[in-house]
Amino acid sequence: MAILIDQTTRIIVQGFTGKIGTFHAQDMINYGSHVVGGITPGKGGQKHLGLPVFNTVKEAVQQVGAEASIIFVPPAFAADSIMEAAEAGIKYCVAITDGVPTQDMMTVKNFLRRFPEDQRMILTGPNCAGTISPGRAMLGIMPGHIYMPGNVGIVGRSGTLGYEAAAQMKALGIGVSTSVGIGGDPINGSAHWVILEKFERDPDTKVVVMIGEIGGPQEVDAGVFANENMKKPVIAYIAGLTAPEGRRMGHAGAIISSASEGAAEKVARLRDLGVIICPTPAAMGATVAEVLAKL
Amino acid sequence: MDIHEYQAKEILSGYGVKIAEGGLAYSPEDAVQRARDIGGHVWAVKAQIHSGARGKAGGIKICTTHDEVSDAAEHMLGRRLVTHQTGSAGKVCGRLYVEAGTDIAKELYFCLLVDRSSERVVMVGSAQGGMEIEDLAENNPEAIIKIYIEPAVGLLDFQAREMAFALGIDSEVMSHAVKTIKGCYRALRELDCSMLEINPLVITTGGELIALDAKMSFDDNALFRQTKISELRDKTQEDPREMAAADRGLSYVGLDGDIGCMINGAGLAMATMDMIKLAGGEPANFLDVGGGASAERTEKAFRLVLADKNVKAMLVNIFAGINRCDWIAEGVVQAVRKIDMTVPLIVRLSGTNVEEGRRIIAESGLPIITADTLAEAAEKAVQARNEQVAKEAAQEN
Repeated sequence: MAILIDQTTRIIVQGFTGKIGTFHAQDMINYGSHVVGGITPGKGGQKHLGLPVFNTVKEAVQQVGAEASIIFVPPAFAADSIMEAAEAGIKYCVAITDGVPTQDMMTVKNFLRRFPEDQRMILTGPNCAGTISPGRAMLGIMPGHIYMPGNVGIVGRSGTLGYEAAAQMKALGIGVSTSVGIGGDPINGSAHWVILEKFERDPDTKVVVMIGEIGGPQEVDAGVFANENMKKPVIAYIAGLTAPEGRRMGHAGAIISSASEGAAEKVARLRDLGVIICPTPAAMGATVAEVLAKL
Repeated sequence: MDIHEYQAKEILSGYGVKIAEGGLAYSPEDAVQRARDIGGHVWAVKAQIHSGARGKAGGIKICTTHDEVSDAAEHMLGRRLVTHQTGSAGKVCGRLYVEAGTDIAKELYFCLLVDRSSERVVMVGSAQGGMEIEDLAENNPEAIIKIYIEPAVGLLDFQAREMAFALGIDSEVMSHAVKTIKGCYRALRELDCSMLEINPLVITTGGELIALDAKMSFDDNALFRQTKISELRDKTQEDPREMAAADRGLSYVGLDGDIGCMINGAGLAMATMDMIKLAGGEPANFLDVGGGASAERTEKAFRLVLADKNVKAMLVNIFAGINRCDWIAEGVVQAVRKIDMTVPLIVRLSGTNVEEGRRIIAESGLPIITADTLAEAAEKAVQARNEQVAKEAAQEN
């Protein structure tokens, strides 16, 4: 099972023929993802990496049955590409692009809400590393080999910190069902809780690790969701315990704009809500092992 | 990106917001001339720094003679003002805004911002202006009105009226209030502003509605399409270390400690800071080298991290995904050979081709301390920092 993607998911790449799109499309194909083509407006009809190039997402949906898409187009055009995917009937979209204007994302989210919930595209990112269901499919830019197939779900804002978690787990022989990056921007496609809900329903996932950070309400919202709706244990690490208030810590969204958005405050709230706290980023693997041992 | 009060007022006045007459001054003579140009008998001399709460820090002075204007200017210019928003380093005042005095009948609070929770623009107001909104939210939350704006439709007249009535604005000023509020919303949307705050928005004794202060922050991700806004950047108000990095296309955050850090990815960087702190150290900075760390980029990054003279040890923590550890190791070795490093270097590599990367570091013959795990890297960095501080102290004696 896993969530969001598996080996049968028909994937297209938006921004297919560019340098970055080409590199990662090849990497995803090598991993075993079912890439069926890509989009570069104006290059429709050509072949790239042996796969068809389309002018529009709609054509790719109609002609090769595209279900999922990954976006590598530059920041100025990313919102447009996301909305094109949604309108064309893509079910799941990962936006890798870093630097999308916040008001563009406001427009995107508003656009997505026009669709009835059962027909609404799921978006993760922008500014994320993508999603991987180890051993099945990769829709992202992560190093696939550090993930071992298994029963732990990962959802996190950061790419490299997610790698760190997966590597710590692999070193202890623990594998991952699916790992989802939701990105470091202030307004993103899916909040943590949206992904938690999918993990709760996934028979392959036994435990979920949530990797959050300072800024915004999404980690605490996820804690509330888990408290009210989940039977599976949720383990959380919140990065930025040492971050000063009002400073942007690398990610556009990693900024403490009110007291409740600090890491210590989020940790305290999550603990109250019954979330298992991973005290340090070096203990992610060990904490998961402990929780799994008790199941 | 933040801008100054006078810049925000100039922008807003172009959107129909009334402001008091004022002018910019770089010297006491300038300031007096501005006061003469404005005329009248009362002027406000206001330090232009990127921070609120300037009044408490001595950054706003009401003057009734030209001599007082000159003295106030003399006192503020070149001074480092410390507010709770600037941090202990404060911000140096290099510009003044001299403004006609306003007869205030009532002070109001007004703000528009992109709200992360609702993913919409929210309009926030209070009839109790002049206070900071955080204090108001804590002491008197019922006095705050919030109105959410549907992005596709924009701010509607009835919403602007609802806000104006809630602020206690009289019917005579209502049409101007609606124009002011809608002008602010247009400015926010057209200029990719993430926060626009007028505190206080005042009703004068003559019944006019005037923006007595104005603060605007802009979305850094949107500056590529807001070239006029980008030109308003005042680099003297920002961390020079961060400016230098931005000029080289690198993301850098300057902090107050003494362990310099080069890391890939903001999340791993924050986590590494946390580990340093847990091990008893304090980070001086972190530089995110991002995905494609070539040898040149690595060298540039090294120079930037080490340019901070507080740095007593440098930690490199890279989780190679798209990168390969062997490439990074080669970059590090090259950088260290070119730069005369005077502080200890700790390197932790993980991910793709890690064995090869570690071999390159080990065989380089350079005095590089290596670590395998995140915890070990932080502990060794703090230990090396402590030894370096002790060594430097011994050399001084």
